[in-house]
Amino acid sequence: MSAFFAMGGYAMYVWPAYALFFIVLIADYINPWLRRRRNLRELRGRLARQAARQQRNPSAP
Amino acid sequence: MNHAPLGSACAAMLRRDLTLAWRRRGDIVMPVLYALIVITLFPFALGPEEALLQRIAGGAVLVTMLLAMLLALDAMFRSDIEDGSLEQLILSPQPLALMLGMKILAHWITTALPLIIIAPLLAGMLHLPTAVMPVLVYALLLSTPLLSLLGAVLVALTAGTRRSGMLLALMLLPLCVPVVIFAAGAVAAAQQGLPWLAPIAWLGAALVMALVLAPLACATALRIALDA
Amino acid sequence: MANWIPLWVHKLSSPPNFYRFAGVVRPWALVLALVLGAIALYGGLVLAPADYQQGDAYRIIFIHVPCAWMSLFCYGMMAIASFISLVWRIKLAEVVAMESAPIGAAFTFITLVTGSLWGKPMWGTWWTWDARLTSELVLLFLYLGVIGLYHSFEDRRQGARAAAFLAIIGIINVPIVHFSVNWWNTLHQGSTIRILGPSKISTAMLWPLLTMMAATKFYYIASLFGRVRTDLLSMESGKDWVKQIAEREGHA
Repeated sequence: MSAFFAMGGYAMYVWPAYALFFIVLIADYINPWLRRRRNLRELRGRLARQAARQQRNPSAP
Repeated sequence: MNHAPLGSACAAMLRRDLTLAWRRRGDIVMPVLYALIVITLFPFALGPEEALLQRIAGGAVLVTMLLAMLLALDAMFRSDIEDGSLEQLILSPQPLALMLGMKILAHWITTALPLIIIAPLLAGMLHLPTAVMPVLVYALLLSTPLLSLLGAVLVALTAGTRRSGMLLALMLLPLCVPVVIFAAGAVAAAQQGLPWLAPIAWLGAALVMALVLAPLACATALRIALDA
Repeated sequence: MANWIPLWVHKLSSPPNFYRFAGVVRPWALVLALVLGAIALYGGLVLAPADYQQGDAYRIIFIHVPCAWMSLFCYGMMAIASFISLVWRIKLAEVVAMESAPIGAAFTFITLVTGSLWGKPMWGTWWTWDARLTSELVLLFLYLGVIGLYHSFEDRRQGARAAAFLAIIGIINVPIVHFSVNWWNTLHQGSTIRILGPSKISTAMLWPLLTMMAATKFYYIASLFGRVRTDLLSMESGKDWVKQIAEREGHA
């Protein structure tokens, strides 16, 4: 097992490479999801404000 | 309505831009001063040893020219966008690509030509051998119009956006890599006594293609960017 | 639009339809990517033998080469989508083009760094200015330029059109840079001798490599569809279908 982690002595090159691969791709995958949640939250806020305004003066657009 | 004949429209466009540039003569001198200062930084950074400076002279002058032109490119369309004359140009009956070609020519005359004139001086400061100077000038005569043409397309794309200076550099420099490679390659070959005509010929071919395609691309880019 | 384009393509390019379609496809693409990736990694890290020249360090190949391939593939996708968006003004094509850019940039970045990590123990240097590395670096700058240009416009559709134009100009540059750097090397110095990885690639090493290449493709689809869905929501935020989704998720 430790031979696997040692990677024939090249561990400090191989494992950071694999780690970078996962970290960058995970960041790339999560980024739009976070953006989506934020956008939907803001949209709900905007809709709530519009609805409140509609209630106060029903004639306004 | 009769349009003006094409030749006189081109001449008028050129005359207009050159006159406007002449009215702000001080601006013409800025890229030249910038290039001068940057070249002087090299000996400060690398040490005054002549052999080292001689090796980097051709490349350093070319990169400095590129950066100086980059600074000047940003302003190519700015004043015309701000006062609305560029939109008038787009709406005018004259072919937009040709008119933009004239603008690019005027810009090259007012920014690149002064730089090319002092290039031998700058190269001499870095101890470039005098035999190589003509090759440097040929390389600059072919590469600076290429930079102007490519740069014009990209400036058109960023027309009207803010923060365009740094973005322009980011976009332009990757596209200039082949130009720099061939121009510097010609100078380096001449410095080593090898034949230098091939890279110059490549630059010439690229310039011919750019002369035809870049104004068209610039016109399309302007229409895209200003089509708000 | 032309008559030869089937109706389902037409329908798919409407935002709410594509949103639904992408939402169905995306989890499957991700699962495929993860499963294939796991198989590839097991094959590459555990099953494949150590290379007789490079020892275990060559195992970086199983991420380096697929990411390099994807960096070019994503640019190709971006350029095709850009062309479609400029010629036919299809909103979906604009979004696909703009959202391919960050994914491509990520793959290019991974390629460059893993390449450095592989180069240091094997060829003794973190970096060298040869044709392949230099043109890959220029590719990264092109991606960043497209992303930067897109985000510098107030109007996103206008920004997408401008960035699409830049993407198309850039694709011409990639082979030019590659070939000109080849000529540059031979002008200045003798051609460098390159050992392109293991001398003969055995099947034990080949199949994990190909599997990983497939896995990254599915990842691209999964990530792209997620990004396109998010973008469609924000672009169409005034429409009813988006409002319904927002309210549904608010109550969730």
